[in-house]
Amino acid sequence: MSTTTPTRPSTEAEAPASQGSGDGRMLRLGAVGGDWLDRRVSGAGLLRFMGRKIFPDHWSFMFGEVALYSFVVLLISGTYLTMFFVPSMDEVVYNGIYAPLQGAHVSKAYESTLHISFEVKGGLLFRQMHHWSCLVFMVAIFVHMFRVFFTGAFRKPRELNWLVGFALMVLGMVAGFTGYSLPDDVLSGNGLRVVDGLMKGIPIVGTYISMLLFGGEFPGHDIIPRFFTIHILLVPAAILGLIAIHMVMLVLHKHTQYPGPGRTERNVVGFPVFPVYAAKAGGFFFLVFGIITLISATTAINAIWIYGPYDPSPVSAGSQPDWYMLWTDGGLRLIPGWEFTIFGYTVSLNILLPIVVYGGLLVFLALYPFIEQWVTGDDREHHLLDLPYNAPVRTGIGVAWLSEYLILAMAATNDLIALKLRLSINDLTWTFRIAFFLAPIIVFYVTKRLCIAMQRQKRDLALHGEETSKVVRMEDGQMLEIHEPLNEFDRWVLVQHDDYRPLKAGKGVSSLRAAATSFFFKDRVAPVAPSELREALEHAGHERHRIDELTGGDYTTPDARRH
Amino acid sequence: MKALAARRHHPLAFVVILLLALAATGGLYAAFQPRDAQAESYSQDDVDAGKDLFLANCASCHGTNAQGMQDKSGATLGPSLIGVGAAAVDFQVGTGRMPMQNSGAQAWRKAPQMNDEQTRQLAAYVSSLGPGPSVPDEDQLDASKADLENGGNVFRVNCAMCHNAGGAGGALTRGKFAPPLQGVESKHIYEAMETGPQNMPVFNDDNISAKDKRDVVSYLGALEENGSPGGISLGSFGPVTEGLYAWTIVLSLLVGCAVWLGAKAK
Ligand code: HEC
Ligand code: HEC
Ligand code: HEM
Repeated sequence: MSTTTPTRPSTEAEAPASQGSGDGRMLRLGAVGGDWLDRRVSGAGLLRFMGRKIFPDHWSFMFGEVALYSFVVLLISGTYLTMFFVPSMDEVVYNGIYAPLQGAHVSKAYESTLHISFEVKGGLLFRQMHHWSCLVFMVAIFVHMFRVFFTGAFRKPRELNWLVGFALMVLGMVAGFTGYSLPDDVLSGNGLRVVDGLMKGIPIVGTYISMLLFGGEFPGHDIIPRFFTIHILLVPAAILGLIAIHMVMLVLHKHTQYPGPGRTERNVVGFPVFPVYAAKAGGFFFLVFGIITLISATTAINAIWIYGPYDPSPVSAGSQPDWYMLWTDGGLRLIPGWEFTIFGYTVSLNILLPIVVYGGLLVFLALYPFIEQWVTGDDREHHLLDLPYNAPVRTGIGVAWLSEYLILAMAATNDLIALKLRLSINDLTWTFRIAFFLAPIIVFYVTKRLCIAMQRQKRDLALHGEETSKVVRMEDGQMLEIHEPLNEFDRWVLVQHDDYRPLKAGKGVSSLRAAATSFFFKDRVAPVAPSELREALEHAGHERHRIDELTGGDYTTPDARRH
Repeated sequence: MKALAARRHHPLAFVVILLLALAATGGLYAAFQPRDAQAESYSQDDVDAGKDLFLANCASCHGTNAQGMQDKSGATLGPSLIGVGAAAVDFQVGTGRMPMQNSGAQAWRKAPQMNDEQTRQLAAYVSSLGPGPSVPDEDQLDASKADLENGGNVFRVNCAMCHNAGGAGGALTRGKFAPPLQGVESKHIYEAMETGPQNMPVFNDDNISAKDKRDVVSYLGALEENGSPGGISLGSFGPVTEGLYAWTIVLSLLVGCAVWLGAKAK
């Protein structure tokens, strides 16, 4: 279904019950089931309510679903793995079938992971499914989050749902990290070592926190059982709970939609959840499941038998965390080894500063809806999405945030980039250091300018219509181009967006807020005003009249006419 | 021959003879020195043929007597090869690094330019100049006698920090790099440890015993033989390539499906 044409089923969120006559058979089926259920749990009301919810349709709205479905795959595959995984750091001698490790002293956790990989039926497939679906889950969360960001879907009334989503993203990272640490191979041990270092870098309490987490000196004997509980119980339960809240809020707020004809702040145009959307969503679930299975069956991930059992001495080249944790490693690789001692305590700026940067990036993202609301002072509800170019400063900020994130992530892979592109790792580090400070500014500016240029272009289009590249020379020698005016629907999309203006300090507006509004809106391109549009249409009509008088309404070129 | 006869009375002839004599005693010492039982015995013919090859291909950088050469500014054109041993030659020539072509951060592996016979002759010549590690023999490489678990351990502790645990290679400082080890012949792996080419440290038998070396070589062979049980290995580079794969191939599949479903619903 397209974003511009209202199609049959409904333009009302709560349509009258008689409405779905074309789906009669389905509804009758539903009615039988519903009746049965209703007599037992009085669920009919809820079912009718849910079934008639409208869900708008656009591919960019489907990443939330991808996250949801890959989470389901995570749960299924993870459950299988728990049946064979042994969360223990007790030492055993490996005597499984993987020859290059026979006789090695390894932990039970590592041994059981090898056992799952090589001896349990379907074990390796499930391990790979679990890991790939984790990567897909985090990719989907990221894309989803930035879809929400760039379209302004976080605005009132959805700020709280944004926060719930943000918590889900952080929990996703925690889930991934704790899972990555469980097999007790060299890479997972290195990851833990970094966390240990990060904690010990916190002055005074750091050592205690580390001792508490690891149950003694790193690596100790407790960390894997502890992480196991966190990984399979606490975090998934929290994620499930938050997803439930996320979905309930989604239903309460109704889904947003892109601007289009017939779409207002007061309706939702799309398909009813039952049966159309439910069928589609079901199909999509199987597609996501299928893609993850396909990838897992064909592509290796986390070959722990190559990394070897954890032992603090080896560090492999190319030791990196999973992608969603890369950025937390980048700062550590970029910062020079700054440290000083005060009252006998070592203050490790080379650890504290990155922690501050990471925290800053996250907090900014979490609070952005509130920051923007404070700037605009807008307390209306928004159910129509912004097209990203209509919010140049927000879009610029988002892209700048992403560029910072990307630079940190790339810095964490500096050795691989150097190896593959035949570059010097030292030069790369310096490049990233400089880029860390410059790139966000440049990227912000360029993005904002691009958005504004697009706004101008769309504005022209709304006022003057499409250029046809046909030019008519009038009798007085004037050249006029024939413009094809837009239809009402297309024009509406281009003229509907909000307009905010910079504020002046005073009259209850603080100078800080005035400065902020100026930063956001001083270069604004005003949307087309009705009077302006009227004038432009009049002008166009007049011009068209002159052209028609001359050509008799025949716009073919003299050349074409000759044939 | 005539040319040689004419030069016999040249004043420098004495120096040349002295050098040759020195080299010969060196070679003799090498032949008898206890540490490295010469695995391969080279005949005088080999040494002579090697010398000719050397003069034609290597002397421009390493000097006519392999004593090493510097350009006018004092930068090394080629280091002295006296005492580097047959293993170094077999490694450098066998992996195509020598004769060297480019002058970058590091001599590159390329298709070998000498055949096995010529390589052997060059090795014979260089080992005749002074004692050094020899080309490993069958027994030193015999995988059936190896302890893979120990090999893996030695490899992870001593080599993985440069070459990556999967042998995928890794970056060193300033554009230098440790190359991937997949597809490298076992004897070259052994020789690399013995001779420590360029930025790689030398692992002599006191660091990593001959037995441990055999284990390492066999471990790398086993890794290669096992292949990648999980499917496409993405170059064994670990989480970064996996993440890249998720963001490119998997994400485009998902977006493709989403757009397709959207189009279907129309
Ligand atoms: C273009 C100059 C050049 C040519 C030609 C050349 N080499 Fe080299 N060779 C070098 C340089 C430079 C090094 C030092 C490499 C390094 O350590 O980075 C080297 C190193 C070596 C080494 C390793 C020495 C050690 O300490 O382990 C051997 C053995 C060697 N060359 C043999 C040869 C042989 C045999 C030939 C002829 C087939 C040859 N080279 C031709 C420049 C050259
Ligand atoms: C300090 C880093 C470092 C360590 C540690 C190291 N290497 Fe290397 N290795 C290198 C470098 C650099 C080269 C490239 C030398 C050249 O191109 O001449 C290399 C080359 C090699 C080669 C030749 C590969 C080819 O493409 O021909 C082999 C084989 C090798 N190393 C094996 C090992 C083994 C086995 C160990 C452990 C015992 C080890 N290395 C430890 C840095 C290292
Ligand atoms: C476990 C991870 C998550 C799951 C399973 C999930 C699921 C979903 C789903 C299915 C939707 C409706 C479809 C859509 O708009 O894409 C949705 C909407 C939404 N999500 Fe998420 N989400 C997750 C994480 C996040 C994150 C990280 C954020 C932002 C920080 C977020 C913020 C929102 C908001 C504001 C909406 C409403 C969007 C609208 O109505 O346009 N979610 N979520």
